Amino acid sequence: MPVSAVQLFELQEIARSLRVDVLKMLHNADSGHTGGSLSAVDIIAALYFHKMQHKPEDPKWDGRDKFVLSKGHAAPALYAALAKAGYFDSRHLMTLRQYGSILQGHPFSLTTPGVEVSTGSLGQGLSMANGMALASRLDHKDIKVYALLGDGELQEGQVWEAAMSAAHYKLENICAFVDNNGLQIDGCVKDIMGVDPIADKWKAFGWEVQEIDGHDFNQIIAALDNADQVKGKPSLIVARTVKGKGVSFMEGQVKYHGTVPTEKELTQALDELGAA
Amino acid sequence: MKDRQRRSTRKAYGETLAALGEADERIVVLDADLSCSTQTAIFAKKFPDRFFNMGVSEQDMIGTAAGLASAGKIPFTSTFAIFQTGRAWEQIRQSVCYSNLNVKLVASHGGITVGEDGATHHCLEDIALIRVLPNMTVIIPADACEVEKAVTAAYEYSGPVYIRVSRYDFPVICDETHEFTIGRAKVLRAGEDLTFIAAGLMVSIAMDAAESLAARGINARVINMATIKPIDQKSIITAAQETGAIITAEEHSIIGGLGSAVAEVLSENCPVILKRIGICDHYGVSAQPDVLLEKYGLTAKHFEKAALEILAKKKSK
Ligand SMILES: Cc1ncc(C[n+]2csc(CCOP(=O)(O)OP(=O)(O)O)c2C)c(N)n1
Repeated sequence: MPVSAVQLFELQEIARSLRVDVLKMLHNADSGHTGGSLSAVDIIAALYFHKMQHKPEDPKWDGRDKFVLSKGHAAPALYAALAKAGYFDSRHLMTLRQYGSILQGHPFSLTTPGVEVSTGSLGQGLSMANGMALASRLDHKDIKVYALLGDGELQEGQVWEAAMSAAHYKLENICAFVDNNGLQIDGCVKDIMGVDPIADKWKAFGWEVQEIDGHDFNQIIAALDNADQVKGKPSLIVARTVKGKGVSFMEGQVKYHGTVPTEKELTQALDELGAA
Repeated sequence: MKDRQRRSTRKAYGETLAALGEADERIVVLDADLSCSTQTAIFAKKFPDRFFNMGVSEQDMIGTAAGLASAGKIPFTSTFAIFQTGRAWEQIRQSVCYSNLNVKLVASHGGITVGEDGATHHCLEDIALIRVLPNMTVIIPADACEVEKAVTAAYEYSGPVYIRVSRYDFPVICDETHEFTIGRAKVLRAGEDLTFIAAGLMVSIAMDAAESLAARGINARVINMATIKPIDQKSIITAAQETGAIITAEEHSIIGGLGSAVAEVLSENCPVILKRIGICDHYGVSAQPDVLLEKYGLTAKHFEKAALEILAKKKSK
């Protein structure tokens, strides 16, 4: 179903508040991954606040759709979304990366309600998502399993093993995103180790592929709805994104992969996001 | 070697798995194109819907198993020991053990008795690689009967378990009355002069050596240390106190395996003379398993010699 103007506005507001939380958390933690969290916010917002069937008050609810953040370093974006959705009190956000926190530097399923599996070592998430999809098939459960991968992450061999498996086992309830922001740690993906053409590669591996603007909720949601119609094969959504999206001086800057905002930068960023 | 009946440990695994699969639908099995060798093919034939051949992709196999376990299934993953623990070590660490997921890793083709395929297929490092992981339980059964009990115990236990089975048929040393408990060593033979602490195939060889030594008036205790982790500290310390000399024996590198685990316990609790028998920090070569056991000092004769040497040291102390 297309999104109404009201829904669109609401999603944009949610995404804006998630970005604010991400920046505050990272500033407070004084370490972590800013750029790749910000590029993933809109996709995560569309999943948790529009698309997925889930019950934050009952994180293990049997009928829930599942999400695997394969690019686990974007944990702040996931944590902000889980808190906003009600999986845990938002006061935890400011404990990110501190001793005793339920919010580890990378997602850890045993301490954070709503985190399905532990990630952070790139390349491993899609295999786990496939396992969940196979289990749901055995249990005759009509659920969807979503995964979010980085474009640099596609350099990991295991991703392609998992791409083969999902197609081989016809996992039509798998829908994966590539956060195609074009950057990784050491520079541009195309300069470090090119992964293009992403769409053609996944098509060749037997996936249904869509290419969208990963910051346009209309496109994200249309692509998610299209993926529901795909039969007999998994779906990939290549989302063109901007690393550092939403903060002018961070956008497209390699430097902000693993750099957090200083006090001054935070003030400016919050100002841009209308949250100063 | 004494004339004992022999049985395949990997076949015992395959059959036990199929029997457990009959009783519990949560059991699913994954293999990486070696199902005939690992014997998961028995399960696959019986329960094709719950068997997933992942092709030659061990990392994806472990990750997929983690996902299945997170959704309430009890996955057993199998391939050769070196590929399961070596190729997919980080997947076992990150995707399975960190979240304490209920995945059972049963690896066939452990040790040097893989034989003719040579060094690339021998596995002399799996125990070192796997016992270092938090949440992991590590078992090397001594014969086919113990495989049946260990696989069942692993199924009943909640959390990751690694079990090593073999290509080589093991002499039978346990009977149906054998009780297996994770973490509990078994004294198979009493003795006060020295103690063999062995695992896997080496247990039967230690038993043979102990029998020959008895004929010379030397009483060697033999402990079957089937669970390498959590290791039975009490039985090690008691053996050290009562016999004063320990020989460990394993079909694995002497670095990082059973010998190291025993040394860790002894040095912190009750240091006594220790001799570690195993593969001494080198690769294997192609040959028949029995030839390799002879060449690398893993026979009862070698164990007897080691016993005499350690006894001499003990007396001169
Ligand atoms: C296996 C592994 N190797 C290296 C890293 C360190 N690392 C963290 S993020 C990153 C770059 C990832 O790039 P990409 O997937 O494009 O993520 P994004 O740009 O969206 O943040 C690397 C190399 C890791 N987390 N895991």
